[in-house]
Formats: sequence, structure tokens, C-alpha cells
Amino acid sequence: MENKTAAVKMRNITKRFGTVLANDRVWLDIYKGEILALLGENGSGKTTLMNMLSGIYFPDEGQIFINDEKVMIRSPKDAFGYGIGMIHQHFKLVDVLTAAENIVLGLKEPGRLNLDEVARKVKSICDAYGFDVDPYQKVYNMSVSQKQTVEIVKVLYRGADILILDEPTAVLTPQETEKLFAVLRNMRDDGKAIVIITHKMHEVEALSDRVAILRHGQFVGDMLTRKTNAQEMTNMMVGRPVTLNIDRPDPVNPKPRIEVTGLTVRDMEGTLKLDNVSFTANSGEILGIAGISGCGQKELLESIAGLQKVESGSICYVEDDGRREELIGKDPLSIADMGVCLSFVPEDRLGMGLVGSMDLTDNMMLRSFRKGKSFFTDKKQPRSLAEQVVKELEVNTPGVSTPVRRLSGGNVQKVLVGREIASAPMVLLTAYAVRGLDINSSYTIYDLINKQKQAGVAVVFVGEDLDVLLELCDRILVLCGGKVSGIVEGRGASKPEVGMMMTRLGGKTNA
Amino acid sequence: MFDFVSFFPRAVVQSIPLLYGATGETLTEKSGNLNLGIPGIMYVGGICGVIGAFFYEQSGNMDGFLAVLIPMVCCLLGSLLMGLLYCFLTVTLRANQNVTGLAMTTFGVGFGNFFGGSLIKLTGSEVPSIALSATSSYFSRSLPFADRLGVFGKLFLSYGFLAYLAILIALAASYILKRTRLGLQLRAVGESPATADAAGINITRYKYVATCVGSMIAGLGGLYYVMDYACGVWSNDAFGDRGWLAIALVIFTTWRPNVGILASILFGGLYILYLFIPTGTNLSVKELYKMLPYLVTIVVLIISSMRNKRENQPPESLGVPYFREER
Repeated sequence: MENKTAAVKMRNITKRFGTVLANDRVWLDIYKGEILALLGENGSGKTTLMNMLSGIYFPDEGQIFINDEKVMIRSPKDAFGYGIGMIHQHFKLVDVLTAAENIVLGLKEPGRLNLDEVARKVKSICDAYGFDVDPYQKVYNMSVSQKQTVEIVKVLYRGADILILDEPTAVLTPQETEKLFAVLRNMRDDGKAIVIITHKMHEVEALSDRVAILRHGQFVGDMLTRKTNAQEMTNMMVGRPVTLNIDRPDPVNPKPRIEVTGLTVRDMEGTLKLDNVSFTANSGEILGIAGISGCGQKELLESIAGLQKVESGSICYVEDDGRREELIGKDPLSIADMGVCLSFVPEDRLGMGLVGSMDLTDNMMLRSFRKGKSFFTDKKQPRSLAEQVVKELEVNTPGVSTPVRRLSGGNVQKVLVGREIASAPMVLLTAYAVRGLDINSSYTIYDLINKQKQAGVAVVFVGEDLDVLLELCDRILVLCGGKVSGIVEGRGASKPEVGMMMTRLGGKTNA
Repeated sequence: MFDFVSFFPRAVVQSIPLLYGATGETLTEKSGNLNLGIPGIMYVGGICGVIGAFFYEQSGNMDGFLAVLIPMVCCLLGSLLMGLLYCFLTVTLRANQNVTGLAMTTFGVGFGNFFGGSLIKLTGSEVPSIALSATSSYFSRSLPFADRLGVFGKLFLSYGFLAYLAILIALAASYILKRTRLGLQLRAVGESPATADAAGINITRYKYVATCVGSMIAGLGGLYYVMDYACGVWSNDAFGDRGWLAIALVIFTTWRPNVGILASILFGGLYILYLFIPTGTNLSVKELYKMLPYLVTIVVLIISSMRNKRENQPPESLGVPYFREER
């Protein structure tokens, strides 16, 4: 490997959780001055492996060498001692503390705690790498990308030279991602070793120097990024050849299903979230919704599902025979009672969609328990549904009676999407259905959505990956700051065109 | 006519046990442990001090320094053991904090009444109480020139040393929580143990130390109650609901010990207000006035949850046991 020195060598690392083998005799080398992308399907043990490096877990077997010296990493503190810093998928920050307080947390610097001194040091780190952090801002006032920046500064402040980032771009906008990548390249040129876990193939290709691939907890191989391609990497991850094309069958007999006119929504603080939004969603068609995150996508879906208070406008459900029913003013339950089926995959999958401590069967039952007539619940149907979802979506779980909290993030999402789609809706609303999913499961989900479309369901698909939106959707509605920036045909639309519309109303400089 | 000069000192002596309890509980809760055993711990602190003082008085010769030191050491040891027991159950064994705390309160009160009853039997007195007036006189001794300073002396200098200690401890706790590395890390443990752990803070140690120190501070409240407020007279169940009031005070002060100093005096005042308000002979009206501290707590809870400011909320992981490899 081009006379590079190994910062970390992991040898024969094995970790078990109960009966689940998360890592099985993994060999991995991490080099200085290099960005390594760690790839693998959901639940293939990437995060577990990195957690052992950062001291959260302790390996059952195997050795770790840092700078050719055999080490024992028993706690995060030990990890810091060896210069290892990890930025977790779920940020590890204390909300009520300021950025500076979070950054010095756990450090044993000599002398009294002087936050102004800390702020000064933070500033100098920021200047060196091009960050923008206000040391005195409270974390709960920060955007996701600001929080992530604090996490990175925190690790750098401790003088880490081995950086691990677990799905850092999952919650970032394309612009924020670009900024992060620039910073990471800076740090690589500075001689630091960087490991990034991600599912987005184009990010791997754009950023990394080398890729290492895990499958079912085992190390499959590593190669230089410039000598491989997305197809080969995906095949290695999955273990068999996979096709990487999203189908786009023609719309089936499109008829207006949901008509939204002049929808205006304000949030609790009175800020305008949706401003005079009008569009029609047709049956048998996928309507994509593009926009920078926080541009009103959540409010739009929640208004249709009856979860959001609407200031003005109307949302009409049109039945096949032309009858129209107004959805505004109805609660989610009565919307369902009218025969209108809305299926909703919330952005925060565990927060709103599933109950973490309940098992798969019970979570399936959350959708259907009201249908039962008797005093006792009927578990047979939910159980068979759960089994079906596990089989079709290849959910990695010990069984249907495992609490969903124990599953890895991607598998949790599969359970949620599977349940929503199984309720045979007329209208399917999905937000970030593939967030955090590996490439193979993402394609499974796209297939499922396409099947729904062909069955005549009106699909509204909120996505963050423009490439996917352009390949999957029949029409794309672009939101910009709560206003409709435009509606484009999915076939023939170009990425720069939609990207411009996301940042500027109408997509033209003089508009 | 409302007699402030005699009302204020009585409010203060009422407030000191509450202040000890509230400071101790605040430190404990900042580490994420919701210790509902505080009433029991204060009870144990009180009776342990009484046991120490009783046997020292029995031994005959009284030395002022030892007469104070022995009950204090006994009290601190007793409440420390209670704190250790609570930590062992909730931190090491990860038992449910609410159930453990309530059980410890029941246990503490029973423990106090059992040994209190035994001591009463030993003295063979007619009344169901033990009087330790010799020890008490050392505890409640105020500055010698306090009497000569008139109203000022009566309002601010007429208390025993434990009262001033309570205020010092509350101020120190506030300073440590707000300004030092130690306090920052303790707050992080209570807010988000996973974060603190990833930052290299030893969660178990912080929880143990904060809870045990908190218990010892709370225990001093029990000692103050017997030795100073009650003039060295122990009778079973006399401590009453002060422990619960101390926990209410923690919420009232939104987890700030320095605010607790004034808030506890307010609570102490509300606690005895019925004695100073002319209510005639109608006893039921007096009983209504006794509700005041609890009503105020409820109102404060409503207001602080309506304002919904993040700084005023309880530590986020309060009541939740921490296990690093939890998925």
C-alpha cells in the first residue's frame, strides 16, 4: 500500500451480543493520511467494529494494534489516550450545555475551568479547518449540521489523529455534505487517519481513497476506490450480483387522488412553514418531493395525514367515482374511517413509527388492533404479517418476538416501511423511506413502492437523494422555503435544474 | 398585626432541614439518580446522631467539641450507608429507582422509630421521647454577642452553627455545579450518560459519589432537626413530611441550590404561616393553611412546564439506569 504507515491494525476481532455474532474474526488496517470508507449492509457490524475501537464495546476476542503497539481499549477514555475519536450516528452531545462546555467535557486540563480560554482554542481549530461554530451557543438551539460540527471540533480538540465518522451525511443537505467533505480532505492532507461509514455510493466514490467491506460481520476485502466501482462494491457487500437500476414503469391509469390547494401552515412559533402550496397527486403515479431539509416536507405530509394544524387551504381526497371529501379538520383516525388510507413513514422512525420495547408482532398490531371485535387481541394475523415482512425485506432479526429496539437502525426502518406498505393504502406517504438503509435494502424498498404504484396507489415520496428522485418519480414537486418552486416531469429533468429550484424559487437567478 | 421579627427566625429554623434535604437531593438528581429515599435518609441521619449523642451523654463527662463531633460523625456514617445501599441497588444492580427510593424511605422511617423506641425504653422515662438537652445546647449555641445586636442579631445571628453550614453547603454546591469541571461533568452524567461515557467520564463513580455526598448532606438535615430545632428531643414520627417537602423544594428551585436558600425560607415560612395568621378558633382553616407549600410547588411545576425552558427541566436521564452496551 504505497509506503503508508498503518495507524490501526485490528486482528481477529470477534464480538457477540447474546447469540448474535456481530463481528467474526475481522482484520482491518487503517492508514495515516487516507480516508477509508467502511461499507456493508445494515447489521453487518460496521458500527460495532468501530465502537470497539472507540472503547464503547470491548471485543470478545482479537487484538488491536495502534502504531504497531498492542493495546487494550477498555473505555472511551483509553481511546482518547490513543488519539481515537469517533463521531457517532446519534450525536453524543448534552443538549443543555453550550458548544464549549460540550467540547471540554471529560477533559482533565490543569487549572480552573475557563470557558473563555476554551472558546479561544475552539476558534483556532475552526479557523484551521474552516468550521463555523459559536462556542457559546446551546446545543439544543443548533441545527443538525452545527451539532455535527461541534462533534468534530470536540474530537479535534482532544488532539485525535484517528477519526471515525458513522454515517455523517445521513442528516445533512448536499451543501452541508460538500462542506464536510472539504474539511475531511483537509484533515487527510494533514496526515490524519479517517474512517467513514456510509451507504451512499457516490459519496464513497467522491471522498474515499480506499474501501473496506464487511458482510455478515466478516471482513470480505478492501481495495483502492479509484480501481473499483459502485457495482463491484455492492456485489461484494451483498455477496451476489445485484442490478443497480431503478425501474420506472409507466403510470397506471392516472386519476387525481389528492388535490391540495392553497395550503398554508404555521408552526408553534408562528413561522410560516408552508405558503400557498397547491398540487395534485395522481393514483398510479409517484410524486416526488424535493427540497433542502426543513423546507416544509414534514409539515406537508403531516397536513395530509391529519397530524398538523392547517391555517388555510384545502386538501381534497377524490374517490374513483369523482366524489370529493375534505381532509382538513379531521383527525387521523376519522381520515382512516372515511376509507381514506394514508400510510406514513415518519422522519424519525423510532420516535413516531414504532415502539422500541415492543416486539415485531406487537408493532404490526399497532396498525390493526382497532379492527378487532373481541375483547382479546388477535395475534395470529400480525404475527404472520411480521413473518412476511421479515422474509420479504430480509430483516436481520433473531425472530418476530424480538423488541425492535434491539435491531440495527436499518432493520428497524425495514419493519416500519414493510408495515406501512402492507396496510394496502390508497395513498402512500413516505418521508425518507431509505434514510440509513444500505443500498440493497433501498432497492428492495424502491421495488415495493413501484409495486404499490402499479396497483394504483398514489405515492408521495419525500426523498433527500436527488439521483433517486430523478430515477424513481414520475413527477417531482420542488419545495423552496415552504413555497412550491415548481413541478417537473421526472423523465427528462436534470439534476442541476432541480438543484437550482431547491435553492431559488422557480430556479432562475432573476426570478 | 403580623410580627415579622418573631416570624422570620421561626421560618428560618423550619427551613434549614428542608435546605439540607434539597441540596443533597439536587446533587443526587444532577447525577441522574432520583433518590426518593431522602425522607428515610434524613430520618436515619437524625436517629444515628441521637444514638451517638445518647451514649456519649450516658458516658458522663461532656466535652463541647466531642459532643458535637460524635453525633455528626454518627449521622454522616448512617446516611452514607443509606446512600451506598441506594447506589448499590440502582447503579450497580440497575434496580428501579422509584421503587428503591420509596422502599428506603419506608425502611429509614422504620429504622428510626425502632431505635428511637429502644432508646426510650432504655431511659425508662414516662414520656415517649428522649431529651438530649446537654448535647443540644452545644448545637444550638449562637454567637455570644447576637443578643446585644437587637433586631439584626435576632434575624440573622440567632441560629446554631448547622444553620450557617447549610447555607455554606448550598452556596458551595451551586458554585461547584456551575463553575467547575467537576460540576460540568456531573451535569453531563445526569443529562446524557452515554455522552459523558463517550467523553471518558466514569459514570458509576460520579453517580456513587454524588448520591452518597447528597445523602450525607440530607442526613445533616435530620440531625439539625433533632439537635437544634427540636432542642434535642427525639420522639418517633416527629420529623413528619419534611423529607417530601425537601424533594418538592428541588423542583421548586429548578435544580439550583443557591435559589434553595431563599426558597427554603419561603417554604419554612409557608409551613408555619398558620401560626401567625389570626384564624380564630376554627381549626379547619389552620389545616388549609398547611397546604400552602404543596400548592406553591404545584403552581411552580405548572409555570415551569408552561415556560418550557430547557434549562429549567429536570436532568434528562433522571430516573433511568445506565448500561453502556444497551442497544
